[in-house]
Amino acid sequence: MIQTIYGPMEEKHLAKGKKTGSFENENEITTWVEYWIEGVLVHRSVDIKLKKGIDIASALQGFK
Amino acid sequence: MANEQSFCVAALVDMMNGKHALGASVIRAGTTKDDYYGALYYTSASRGRTDTVYNTTGEVVHASYTAGGNILTTATAPNSSGNTAFWTPSASLVFTTLTAADFNCLLIYNFTSATKLALSVHTFGNQSVTAGNFTLSMPVNDATTGLIRFSVPV
Repeated sequence: MIQTIYGPMEEKHLAKGKKTGSFENENEITTWVEYWIEGVLVHRSVDIKLKKGIDIASALQGFK
Repeated sequence: MANEQSFCVAALVDMMNGKHALGASVIRAGTTKDDYYGALYYTSASRGRTDTVYNTTGEVVHASYTAGGNILTTATAPNSSGNTAFWTPSASLVFTTLTAADFNCLLIYNFTSATKLALSVHTFGNQSVTAGNFTLSMPVNDATTGLIRFSVPV
């Protein structure tokens, strides 16, 4: 079941309007999945994989 | 080997574990680690290095989101390698059945502390989620990519 703005729906009923995508830069890898019904976005989930966190030494160099 | 002026790498880990108090500290109820939460903020918010405590200004507001965010899983204690101490939550932070638009920021703060002390601010690409899951997967927990890293310059 997929949660939607109309409540839970079976994925087979949403497959026609399924869209997926991804984005990557130096900070993250992001993937998303969307389900559309008659032009209405009814579900969008996002997964962000962080590549790296914060190095305090590097952050402090910003004050120099 | 000659004497070397340096902050001690082990002290970085000890500071992460609350074992140093160079100024006035707090009375702790025990030796257990604190609980940390992650809260989401709109792209228009102004979270950053000057934050001192958890702040609701600019935080995501929606019936599907609980103010203050979600607890982080912190099963792995701080560690060090080489000249770097590091710490990373041990599991992804997941917000389920969330609806929120135009957010790009996570504030991690100490939920155990009385004032909800701010720890760090992390940004990512602007996001919108509709009745879906928002999952923030953590980087590899090591000296190169760990979420929080303290390094001693050499």
